[in-house]
Order: sequence, then structure tokens, then C-alpha cells
Amino acid sequence: MTALWALRTLAALAAGIVVIIVGFIALESLPALRSVGLMRFVTDPSWHPTGGAERGRFNLGPMLVGTIAAAGGAIALATPLGLGSALFSRFYAPPGLGRWYRRLVELLAGIPSVVYGFWGLVVLAPLIRQWQPPGQSLLAGIVILTIMILPTVALLSESTLRSVPQRYLRGPAALGLSRWSTIHGVALPAARGGILTAVLLATGRAIGETMALLMVTGNVVQLPRSLFDPVRALTSNIALELAYAMDHHRSALFVSGLVLMGMIVVLVLAAESLSPERVDA
Amino acid sequence: MREPTAARADAWLARSSDWPDRIADAAMWSVALLVIVVFAWIVGDLLNHGLPHLSWAFLTEVPSDAGRAGGIAPILVSTLLILGVCLSASIPIGVGTAILLAEFSPRGGWFGPLVRRLLDILAGVPSIVFGLFGNAFFSLYLGMGFSILSGGLTLACMVLPILIRSSEAGLRSVPDDYRKAGAALGISQAAVIWRVVLPAATPGVLVGLILGIGRALAETAALLFTSGYVDRMPGSLMDSGRALSVHIYDLAMNVPGGAGAAYASALVLIALLVAINLITSWLAERWLQRRITLA
Repeated sequence: MTALWALRTLAALAAGIVVIIVGFIALESLPALRSVGLMRFVTDPSWHPTGGAERGRFNLGPMLVGTIAAAGGAIALATPLGLGSALFSRFYAPPGLGRWYRRLVELLAGIPSVVYGFWGLVVLAPLIRQWQPPGQSLLAGIVILTIMILPTVALLSESTLRSVPQRYLRGPAALGLSRWSTIHGVALPAARGGILTAVLLATGRAIGETMALLMVTGNVVQLPRSLFDPVRALTSNIALELAYAMDHHRSALFVSGLVLMGMIVVLVLAAESLSPERVDA
Repeated sequence: MREPTAARADAWLARSSDWPDRIADAAMWSVALLVIVVFAWIVGDLLNHGLPHLSWAFLTEVPSDAGRAGGIAPILVSTLLILGVCLSASIPIGVGTAILLAEFSPRGGWFGPLVRRLLDILAGVPSIVFGLFGNAFFSLYLGMGFSILSGGLTLACMVLPILIRSSEAGLRSVPDDYRKAGAALGISQAAVIWRVVLPAATPGVLVGLILGIGRALAETAALLFTSGYVDRMPGSLMDSGRALSVHIYDLAMNVPGGAGAAYASALVLIALLVAINLITSWLAERWLQRRITLA
């Protein structure tokens, strides 16, 4: 039975990682939380974190707004598009095309975020600049995030739609209902839980995304007044500043990591309580 | 379950002239068209600008002029070393945990569900948070500094949930008859798992491995502050090494005129991902066949 204990140790190690991560990030956040306090992260006049606890300014608000605006916009677009994409390959596409289309969505899901960010930087942002300068903007971030999370919504929704029992769909057919009435009245309500889970997991991805946003949103710390203003997300802020951050500045970046972590835990637990079975992110 | 029954198809045809149906039809086809156009645009753009820059020399030379000229040889080596460290740490822990979850965690127990719940959260942790953790824990607390070792171990934490979930599914899909037959022959449970169940579950483990490798190769944010930026040929695992994804980021953001090399590197990265995918699914298929002919 020593083998069993070895396995238990490995499992405890695997599961313990998340505890160690939260622990270490909290530990590194402590200096800032102690001497700056939680309130000043939203009430300070600006983000100039290099002057120590007293003279530094630690307002994370604009970055929090940047993250929420970019992720919110992306979810608002990716939910209908992803669901439409799932319905297309489940109900509308001819069999051959449906399989081919699914492969394509899977390929989109596998493209690294840094490549999406690069494409956004050299193709999408200049395109937006021609219309509304400066181009690197909240809008560019929303579009790139939408392209990135659409496959997540589409693939997870489709697998839920596939698990709706065939007999549910035969009833409306026997009643002579049309395709859309069947989908709208039977398939979608039956798959509601799974679709909501897909959207929540996609939201988690959007909030946690770093590279794509970092490369296309312009990274100016400000509250955006329009879609065309540059913004900086919480994640980008960490990636930009950790390299040279010292003392309370560094600690403040870990506080923002803790905030991100909190959002993700809430989303994952909500997704789990909704879904009938475990899903793959 | 793709083909509608004849009755349903007839009903759909008969009623499809209603206007909500026509709108829905048009909407679904336009969404699909939009997705296809965006995909073609991105891939076409990458091929269009990347292929002219791509050559054998690009793969075998060291970068010069901040990466604008020369190749990516040391970056490929660093990427593979980071991947190697990641897999050698995550495979034993991952497969061990999957065996425990699939074979030894009884229904109604508390340990299995708790482990699964924590792993689900781990799967959702943003990559930049892994970067923060890796920097604080591996690089500073354990004193590994900016190194391939630190980057690889950070990635190992990241791919564990994917590897475990898929391996567990693979193990659970092995028919119980295999275990009962082993037990009936008086073979110890450990031997049955090691010699019978685990080989039969290989396709599941392999799928987890592909997904994990895919995630690790694509990762950038977690490596910025763990394995670092240095683009020299690494001398050991304690050296800093620049991963391919970090190279793309650096060329795009910090090197004016680096777009050509960035395009080519992006193509190499995607080609690597697709190749690993194809090889492993081919392997998984062969394994599956051999298992069936043996059984």
C-alpha cells in the first residue's frame, strides 16, 4: 500500500499547487495591503506606484475598468456569434461541411494568443487607425478577444447541443414545427445550463488574457471615453511593469494578480454549479 | 445523429418558408461565413508575409540585429528544453494523480472531489498569474533565477489539469473486465494497473499530452518573468532562454522592423503545433488498433 500513498502524495501535490499559488501571491501582496491599504487601490488619484507607500499613487481602477470593458464587450459579441456557430455546425450545415467547419473552429481555438495579438497589431489596429486614430484601442482589444473566445463558446456549446437527446427533437418534428421553432423551443432550453457554463468559462479566458490585449490596446492608463481610446488591462499592467517593479510597486502588482485570481475562482465555481457534468475548458 | 429523420426533414422543408426561419437560416449561414472569412484572413496573412521570410537558414542560424536578421536556432532549442522540463515534471505527477482519481477514489469519498475541484480552478488561472507565481516561487524563493528550469516548472503547473483530466478519462474508459480478469488470475492490483489498464488507456493519456504540449508551446505571459528574454544558445537548464512565443512578442512590440521575422516565427510555431497534433493523433490511432487486435 506504499504505492497508494505515493499516488496520494502526487495527487495532493497536484491539487496543492493552486493553494500554493494563492498563498504565494497573497504573501507577496501583504506589504502593499498593509502599508497602502485596500481602499487606496480604488481611491488614489492616479497610478504612479514608484514612490514608495506614502508618495506613490496606487489606483488600479482604470485597469480594472479596462479589463471589464474589454472582456464584457468580447462576451457580448462572442456569445451570439459562438452560439450561432455551434447551431450552424449542429443543425444547419450539410454533414460534410459541418465536419470541415468544426475542424476549422478547432484550429482557431489552437492558435496561440501571441499570434492573435501580433495579427491585431499589424493588421487590425492599422485598419482601425485609418477610420479612428490611434487604432490601438479598446475596440481592437474587444475584436481580438472576440475572435479568441468565439471558438471556446462554439465548441463547448456544440458539445452540449449534441448531448440533447434525439427524442426531444423528434417530438416537435412530429408536431410539424419548423427547424428554428425546434431549436428555439426545445434544443436551446434543454442545453441552457451547458451554454451558460461555456459563456462563463469564456469570460474567464477573456479576463485572464494577457498577450493579445497587451499588443493591441495601446496600454495607456486611463478611463476610456469611447471605444477608440487606448486602455490598459490588469493583466497587461502586470506584464509591462513586473520587470522593473520594486518594493511596494511589485507588491501592488501581486495585489492585482490576487484580484484576477478572485474573479476566476468565482467564475469557475459558478460554471461548475451550473453545469450538469464536468466540462473541458 | 447528424441526419434528421425523414419525417423531421419533411416538416422542416414544409415550414421553412416562415419568416423567423428564414431569418434564422440567414443568420446561421452568415455567422459561419464570418468565421471562415476571419480564419482565412488571419491564416492567409500569416502565410503571405511569413513564407517569403522562411528558409532552412532561418531555422538553423542564430539571430542577429535584435532578431531582424539571422534565424531562430537558439530560440527553438530553448523552446524544446522548456517543453522537456515541463513534460518531465508534469507527466509523472499528472498520470499518478489520474490513476488515483480513476482507480482509487471511491464514490462518496472526500479526497477525489476536492482534488478535482482544485484542479478545475487551477485550469482557469490566468497565465500571467502563473507568471507572477513562477517569478516569486521558482525564480526568487527557490533561487532558480530567470532560467529554463523555472519556466518549464511554471508551465508544468499550468498543463497539469489538462493532462490529469484527459488521462483520467482515458483510464475510466478502460472496461472493468480487464481489471476483473487480472484479479481473477491473482495478479496484484498494482501489476494490473501498470501492465494492463495503463497501456489500454494510452490514447487518453496521449490526447492529454497533445493538449498540454499545445498549451505550453502557445504560452507567452507565464514565461516573460520565469525563463526570460535571452536569445543566446542556452548552455544549461539554469540559463535564461527565450521561447518562440516570447520571441514573436519581442519582435512585434520592441523591435521596429521585426515584423518579417515575427511572421516567420509565428508560422514556425503554428507548424510545430499542427505537426505535434498530427503525429500524436496518428500514434493514438495505431495504439488503438493494436489494442483492438490484441483483445
